[in-house]
Amino acid sequence: MAVVTTGGAAVPEEARPKAPPGGPVMSAGRPGRTSRRRARRAARPRLSWRIRLRRDKTLLLMVLPAMALLLVFNYLPMFGVVSAFEFYDPIYGFLHSNWVGLQNFTDLFHDQLFWHAFQNTLVLSFVQLVLYFPIPIMLAVLLNSVLSSKLRSFIQAVVYLPHFFSWVLVITIFDQMLGGAGLLNEFLRQHHMATWNIMTSPAAFKYLVTAQAVWKEAGWGIIVFLAALAAIDPQLYESAAVDGAGRWRRMWHITLPGMRGMIVLMLVLRLGNALSVGFEQMLIQRNAVGPQSAEVLDTFAYYFGIGNGNFGYGAAAGLFKGVISLILILLANRLAHALGEDGLYRK
Amino acid sequence: MTTVESVLGRRRPAPADGAARRKRAKGRPVWEGPPTLVGQFGKGTVLTVVVLLVVLPLYAIVLTSFSSEGAITRAGGSLVIVPDGLSLGAYREIFTGGVVTKAVLVSFGITLVGTVVSMTVSILCAYGLSRSRSFGHRFFLMMMIFTMFFSGGIIPGFLVVSELHGYDQYWALILPSAVSVFNILIMRGFYQATTQDLMDAARIDGAGDWRILWSIVLPTTKAVTAVMTLFYAVGYWGSWFNVLLYMPFDNSKWPLSYVLYEYVNLGTKMPGTNTGGAGLSVQHEVASPFAISMAVVVITLIPILVVYPFLQKHFTKGMLTGAIKG
Repeated sequence: MAVVTTGGAAVPEEARPKAPPGGPVMSAGRPGRTSRRRARRAARPRLSWRIRLRRDKTLLLMVLPAMALLLVFNYLPMFGVVSAFEFYDPIYGFLHSNWVGLQNFTDLFHDQLFWHAFQNTLVLSFVQLVLYFPIPIMLAVLLNSVLSSKLRSFIQAVVYLPHFFSWVLVITIFDQMLGGAGLLNEFLRQHHMATWNIMTSPAAFKYLVTAQAVWKEAGWGIIVFLAALAAIDPQLYESAAVDGAGRWRRMWHITLPGMRGMIVLMLVLRLGNALSVGFEQMLIQRNAVGPQSAEVLDTFAYYFGIGNGNFGYGAAAGLFKGVISLILILLANRLAHALGEDGLYRK
Repeated sequence: MTTVESVLGRRRPAPADGAARRKRAKGRPVWEGPPTLVGQFGKGTVLTVVVLLVVLPLYAIVLTSFSSEGAITRAGGSLVIVPDGLSLGAYREIFTGGVVTKAVLVSFGITLVGTVVSMTVSILCAYGLSRSRSFGHRFFLMMMIFTMFFSGGIIPGFLVVSELHGYDQYWALILPSAVSVFNILIMRGFYQATTQDLMDAARIDGAGDWRILWSIVLPTTKAVTAVMTLFYAVGYWGSWFNVLLYMPFDNSKWPLSYVLYEYVNLGTKMPGTNTGGAGLSVQHEVASPFAISMAVVVITLIPILVVYPFLQKHFTKGMLTGAIKG
């Protein structure tokens, strides 16, 4: 079983027997290791758990701190979802708050604002999928055709830089460019044209958010797709050219199929995360634009849970999102498998 | 045209071409036709625009932070694009103590401590899980991977930290996000790929796991260590939401990213300086409030800009060559 991520690429657990071209990045490990390991495993008798425990006690000790942190900050909150079924009161804590059963959920499902947030989430996700997704692919193909390796890595470095900026920083920069006091409007003002504060325009919000996402994250996508491109055998291009395939035919029949695995993987990730559309990004801009267009499931949970102090209600919204997301991830993987690719994990 | 041509095109060692024939750009394979003028021009334009989209805003912000009051007024109170009267006033004002100075220290502290904690925990965990057939490694892996598929959500996480009395405590900004499963899995992949023979030899010579990790695994995986350090450090440096959750009221404890949010993004008046809302110029002051705001932006940018070029080469090496084979 291979695995996944928030950031974007798959990490196969076992080294693959044969790395497929354009397969997931970061599959450290070399071809052939699995078979060797398997052979060794077959040759050796299985040790009893007692012996293995004693043998591996140092390793276990090393794993311990990480597991402790995960337990406290990832698993405890999972049990903390009981607060979704409570009228949670900070004074009484998880254990002694009033149990209200499904009350929070019935309220939630009758809440117009909640469905509005849900709808916003889906719309934003869809717009990002359509407008954002193809850009890194196109730029990677373009960049790959740049001859000078110095220039290529320079462009790559520049484009990748915003990936390391926080959302606060990115939004501040956008505000200075497109906001009411920003460069764009200053230019319009000086040329006596009508000004347009894009940062606070509800209608433009989905495109603004997508533009920000592209600006910040396209570089990451480019690196990933460039890696897929680097794995394509140059001889394929040569033989195609010899057979008379032109530039575009080569791109269609060699470049794109070579990137297919990576494209599917990225698509699966995007679908799996369809309900997480840039939480911080939305939260920071929610007040400027208004909840009408900027409220998504996460900000809804935050505002109603922590902002209004109705913790149980917020937790219910969060749990709803968590469950749907889990289903989406599993479905997205089904899709990937149906397309003949690995997706996040293999069958 | 020649420069464009030598720069754009397909890279690959060029086979010897008849010198008599048309000059071929270095690196262009024989079978590939010469590039069209339109194609070259289009490619060049797109790439230039892409680079400028990133570089220009940064340039304008840095320039504005160094601009004098007059220059900003002449620019209409927005970003300065053409240098026109420089001044260090904004930085002087910021660094004479007060919120920003404190925030810089806090941010560095959090980033340093957080990165050390995260890296220590991650390296140990990645190494601890890197040997197949070790006791319980499958269980621990499953336990880690599950957190990537499902999370309790924001509220329960907040409540857990609150019940542990994390409110207004610095550890609440570090520990909840100290472990990145994704990073650990990548590191584990690299550790598994280090030469097993060397490790076996060391083991026969009597080296324990700590020794192997320290003297063999870490020195051979410097690239991934560098990259992961950058990832964690950048995460802590930009950490904003945890501050919003756990210490939104006490501005003497804020890290830089939250100061940036509060005083630049929201435009709240910064105590101790004359920053009253970005863009609204207050007259007769040493530094323009707008320049101060931009100086805060620049200060958040600088550590990233300084570290990035050094780690960038590791980046390509560490993540791509090690990662994708070939």
